[in-house]
Amino acid sequence: MSILVIAEHDNEELKPSTLNVVTAAKEFGEAIDILVMGENCQKVSKQAASIQNINKVYCMSDAQLKNHLAEPLTAGTMQIVKGDSYKYIMSPASTFGKNLLPRISALLDVQQISDVTEVVSASSFKRPVYGGQAIATVESNDDVKVITVRVTAFDAAEAEGGQAQVTEVAFNPTEDFGSTFVRLEVAQSERPELTGAARVVSGGRALGSKENFKMIEDLADKLGAAIGASRAAVDAGYVPNDYQVGQTGKVVAPELYIAVGISGAIQHLAGMKDSKTIVAINKDEDAPIFQIADYGLVGDLFDILPELTEKL
Amino acid sequence: MKIFVPIKRVIDYNVKVRIKPDNSGIEQTNVKMSINPFDEIAVEEAVRLKESGKATEIVVVTIGPEKAQEVLRTAMAMGADRGILVTTEEAIDLGAIEPLMIAKCLKSLIEQEKPDLVIMGKQAIDDDSNQTGQMLSALLGWPQATFASEIVTEGDSTTVTREIDGGLETLKVKMPAILTTDLRLNEPRYASLPNIMKAKKKPLDVKALDDFDLNTTPRLKLISVDEPPKREAGEKVENVDALIDKLKNEAKVI
Ligand SMILES: Cc1cc2nc3c(=O)[nH]c(=O)nc-3n(C[C@H](O)[C@H](O)[C@H](O)COP(=O)(O)OP(=O)(O)OC[C@H]3O[C@@H](n4cnc5c(N)ncnc54)[C@H](O)[C@@H]3O)c2cc1C
Repeated sequence: MSILVIAEHDNEELKPSTLNVVTAAKEFGEAIDILVMGENCQKVSKQAASIQNINKVYCMSDAQLKNHLAEPLTAGTMQIVKGDSYKYIMSPASTFGKNLLPRISALLDVQQISDVTEVVSASSFKRPVYGGQAIATVESNDDVKVITVRVTAFDAAEAEGGQAQVTEVAFNPTEDFGSTFVRLEVAQSERPELTGAARVVSGGRALGSKENFKMIEDLADKLGAAIGASRAAVDAGYVPNDYQVGQTGKVVAPELYIAVGISGAIQHLAGMKDSKTIVAINKDEDAPIFQIADYGLVGDLFDILPELTEKL
Repeated sequence: MKIFVPIKRVIDYNVKVRIKPDNSGIEQTNVKMSINPFDEIAVEEAVRLKESGKATEIVVVTIGPEKAQEVLRTAMAMGADRGILVTTEEAIDLGAIEPLMIAKCLKSLIEQEKPDLVIMGKQAIDDDSNQTGQMLSALLGWPQATFASEIVTEGDSTTVTREIDGGLETLKVKMPAILTTDLRLNEPRYASLPNIMKAKKKPLDVKALDDFDLNTTPRLKLISVDEPPKREAGEKVENVDALIDKLKNEAKVI
């Protein structure tokens, strides 16, 4: 009777999201195991083992798991889950967890609980619905609870000091999963990772071009902030897709969120309204973004941005 | 190639939803309903595959109330060939019909229809679960490619570019396969009036969810639906200097 956390990583580093999931898992007060699946993921497994209060770490390293495709990861997870009586199976509600966990849930014949923001009791949870316009409290009556965790709703667990034992397990399945990895295009950046950043500067449609978006970058660099964007800015090609903040993009909750030339559609707010301090810069004084902003500055971003960057 | 497109009728994305006074759910009466935006993108993609000569037939299916046939008609006006309505009186947004049940119902329809490709939305904007496609893929044992921003079919496989947290990932899946759509896959067309008229005559099969051999007892009991914590509007500041002062001395975030 314990908890299995499926680690998110890139075969080199454990993603910080795993630490937030561990914090959510601790609320159940039961032993926590971590499953690391990948290729040559021993280093990541060691990182997982040094998280505080972990019972044990499974390291499953196999060429078929290298690219983290959903089908082999499902098979690997089922292999571990079958041999143990886990009560909870958890992962971050990132594209990694969203891609994988519903498969495990279906094979175990249980109804997954997506995007949990609060553990109310051993079987009841809060989760945002309708793009964060409402919060649903649900009680699961399944024997196994498969949960994706909204990373921004839980603090990161202490990453150092733990000494869990790492057990290497072989990946047994040999079937053809029908999917093959072709390539990964990762936008390399020196800036902080968007989901975990303490400060975020986001730009919207009003920036008007990729070149103008550089003004957002300048402000972000001055503040040591990550860069975000509205859907309109991504659709227009000013920035890559993984900058999108919102209901269907990333959810962020930094100390400081600066929204520049973003109107504040429900779908955008869904991804940032839990930020601690929100600043809005918009030339329309009735823009909905001002209804949730702590500080609003009405004016033309093309005047304001350079001045702000300069004076900081 | 036959394409199967499951779609859902949801409250229109422009509507600010109202929570029922007894906190039992979201008010659904007298609210504008539409096809879930991601599903509209799925229909559009299927229609483009048909227009390019790659697909021969598009079947759209929805599970919901009698009225959900509206979204099937919309999809048929966009270019789908026929529709299947699986009726239920139960709520399809929260508290009753759940993704796992939907996935099982779709699996049984797919076993009858035998499509080569299933294209569906990555999430419905009511319960925001983002589960059904992945569940269906696992139940059928077909490969999946979720959050697609580009789909290229060739022979018996499909190459899909996926929007993931770190950037873009490209996969090749053998058909039959399950694909789920992301926002940037395409821009759905508006149906023309003649096509809307034509869609009224396209075949539409009606079945009842109760006739499927499923256990429809919800696994998740909906305890309550509440307002999110309210965020008060703050203040407007005069200029950049005032803003910097507030951020330094009041919010203490810089
Ligand atoms: C299914 C679905 C999912 C979606 N998911 C997301 C999501 O995850 N994230 C997201 O962001 N959106 C999402 N959207 C889109 C959302 O509805 C809005 O269309 C989008 O957020 C608008 O982006 P924007 O604010 O940049 O553009 P606009 O709404 O066009 O706003 C531009 C703003 O800039 C201001 N402005 C213009 N010029 C200047 C200037 N010179 N100086 C200062 N201000 C100026 C204007 O006053 C305006 O308020 C989704 C939509 C759908 C249907």
